[in-house]
Amino acid sequence: MNTTLRNPEAIRLADIPLLDIATFRNRILTAVAEGGRVNALFCHEQEDQAHQLFALLAHPGQNTLEGIAARIGGEYPALTPECPQVHLFEREMAESGGVTPVGHPWLKPVRFPARAGGPPVGHMDFYRVDGDEVHEVAVGPVHAGIIEPGHFRFQCHGETVLHLEISLGYQHRGVERALIGGPDIRTLHYMETLAGDTTIGHTTAYCQLAEALGGIRVPLRAEALRAVALELERLANHTGDLGALAADIGFLPTSAYCGRIRGDFLNMSALLCGSRFSRGLVRPGGVAFDLEPVRRAELQKRLLAAQRDVTGAVTLLWSNPSVLARFEDTGRLSATQCRELGLVGPATRAAGVDQDVRADLPHGFYRFFQIPAAAMTSGDVFGRAYVRWLEIQRSIEFILNTLSALPGGDVTAHPKTLKLQPEALAVSLVEGWRGEICHVALTGPNGRFTRYKVFDASFHNWLGLALAMRAGQISDFPLCNKSFNLSYCGFDL
Amino acid sequence: MKLVLQNLAAPLLGILLAPLLPGIVNKVKAFFAGRRGPPLLQLYYDLFKLMSKGAVYSHTTSWLFRAGPVVSTASVLTALFFVPCGMRAPCSFPGDLLLVFYLLGLARFFTVIAAMDTGSSFEGMGASREAQFSAFAEVGLFIAFAALVRMTGQLSLSDIFEHVTPDLWRTHAPSLLLGAVVIMIILLAENSRIPVDDPNTHLELTMIHEVMVLDHGGPDFAMILYSSALKLWLFAAWFAGVVAPRFEGSNALTAAATLGGMLLAAVLTGIIESTMARLRLLRVPQLLIGAAALAFVAFLLTCRGGAQP
Repeated sequence: MNTTLRNPEAIRLADIPLLDIATFRNRILTAVAEGGRVNALFCHEQEDQAHQLFALLAHPGQNTLEGIAARIGGEYPALTPECPQVHLFEREMAESGGVTPVGHPWLKPVRFPARAGGPPVGHMDFYRVDGDEVHEVAVGPVHAGIIEPGHFRFQCHGETVLHLEISLGYQHRGVERALIGGPDIRTLHYMETLAGDTTIGHTTAYCQLAEALGGIRVPLRAEALRAVALELERLANHTGDLGALAADIGFLPTSAYCGRIRGDFLNMSALLCGSRFSRGLVRPGGVAFDLEPVRRAELQKRLLAAQRDVTGAVTLLWSNPSVLARFEDTGRLSATQCRELGLVGPATRAAGVDQDVRADLPHGFYRFFQIPAAAMTSGDVFGRAYVRWLEIQRSIEFILNTLSALPGGDVTAHPKTLKLQPEALAVSLVEGWRGEICHVALTGPNGRFTRYKVFDASFHNWLGLALAMRAGQISDFPLCNKSFNLSYCGFDL
Repeated sequence: MKLVLQNLAAPLLGILLAPLLPGIVNKVKAFFAGRRGPPLLQLYYDLFKLMSKGAVYSHTTSWLFRAGPVVSTASVLTALFFVPCGMRAPCSFPGDLLLVFYLLGLARFFTVIAAMDTGSSFEGMGASREAQFSAFAEVGLFIAFAALVRMTGQLSLSDIFEHVTPDLWRTHAPSLLLGAVVIMIILLAENSRIPVDDPNTHLELTMIHEVMVLDHGGPDFAMILYSSALKLWLFAAWFAGVVAPRFEGSNALTAAATLGGMLLAAVLTGIIESTMARLRLLRVPQLLIGAAALAFVAFLLTCRGGAQP
């Protein structure tokens, strides 16, 4: 009895097999042992105080997801000891779902949601290494640069990092709770600001999900424009990241030019919709702005200019030995570690794990025109930087191809009101620039959200950063951190 | 009065013009990055701004923390009176270069001890790095100067650089060239420039010098910035002393050439910072030991052909 879900798709809750907890656990463990991933695992409290666990599993080589569910009381045997990649899902359930995964090695707080008797943000036990020459370095939550708040605690022996612990939650806004009862007039704005630099990624994920639940067919031209916007977002961020990586090692030329070229890409997003961060473009049913021939020609022209500039600025990196000496062998993660932790995005592709939502679970325009997944094998800062460069080249090619053969027709299906299918589960995945974005929603009898789960790429990848620092030099942390460039608010929600 | 001014010209130039050097470095970097960059006199503005501010002291610090900037600036200022820059320094005695090195060492010791006094883990790391790297840098500097002493047969800084003449370049070009390279590398290391340290970074975990002075503010920080500029001036003067030509009989031309050599040091620093990335911290000792090895080669080359005067 299997329930397969395409991306995106909505199915009736009643169609999801309700397993007993032992079978549920076995399904997950088998899927992961066979090379699959857990895309989502969360619990939903029923009216009778019982809890329903939901899991979405991706199997290798299949373009669909498997959805399973189980009904439990207040606790169940934890999966983490056998399957490390669900450790954070289980910690989250323990924190906010009222379910106890028994046997979980350490149910540390995830986001410190405000509740009576709960600990204040950042107050928790940290892992500690003792010893004569071991010292502890605490960084944040207030940082020297203009970045988001997060606390990093290093256990060091001299300059060598034995262990890094990352404590987040300072940006917790309670978005998931605020989305319950929706969709309403605010929903879209929550989505656009889930992670400020991933507007298109999250908004597309939400819109696909709402369209699946609402039975809306999106015109192909709108799908194409969404893909163009998503790739522009990727271009701007990847270019900015490469510039920031150069700045972190004090390599001025690339850092100076990439900062400007990132602005060029942001301005291209502004050309599409009037907002440099693509606010207001993606709407349920399609996109809010069409691309007339004049602006299309302008976009093509600017893109070709930016392609030339970014090639010049970035190839400087690869031809400079002092840059390569810093990038190579810094913050290495193996493909096995990436798979075990369930990492996503450029970070995992840099280690040779071939995983990209655009290719594995194609959605929207990517069903017809795919971008080959970019992969490296080194898994170090160099790999993560070079994967970004490969993706920059492919994204530019993709946008140019799409623009030169933009499908005709309308850009929106003109949905009058968003009427969602009641008693359903919907899932939608998008490959944002950081990696996989997974939205899952449950609707109640009135067609309103009773649960809305968001898993940003950062949710999976923060632990990857911590592991990449093991046995590394503490002075390499900023570089390593930048090579992941994870979102704090996308994690804290 | 004229005599006094003539005698004091070298340190006075340093005192007045030292803050210009970082400005030149920044202008060169801005040129390479296609920016306009901060004004040439930015450091003067900064010093003025900081001097008119108050200072905040952490409750956990003691008098050591306050003594740090004062002692550092005083030591570097004292050293300045022994360092010629195209003209003789007002003070000199045989072996004064050792005094100058140890004055710089004293300045560093007090910066380090003031950083440790805060009890901050960042500053402790910075202090440990500074102590480690300067120990490596000192080796190269001593051997390079040993080579200079051997070539010129002089034991005081003013005399040494007075004897680095075009004639000496004709007979000892390889040693002098290596010496200049070594002094340039040590200049970069001692003045927290790329490839050893990054003066622009805001990332505490990667800093060496900057992180040690995070807790200083106002006039204390002004003193630290000023003494760093003076230190850069000292090293640039040594570099220029080796590479700049001396004109027999024309002190003005020699002084101008030396100042030109110091300008060259600042421009070179800017070019190096614009074209290469910073080294991994683990590799810094290798660079400094490499510099020491070069200095040793320079020294060995001075030994060829029997004893020198």
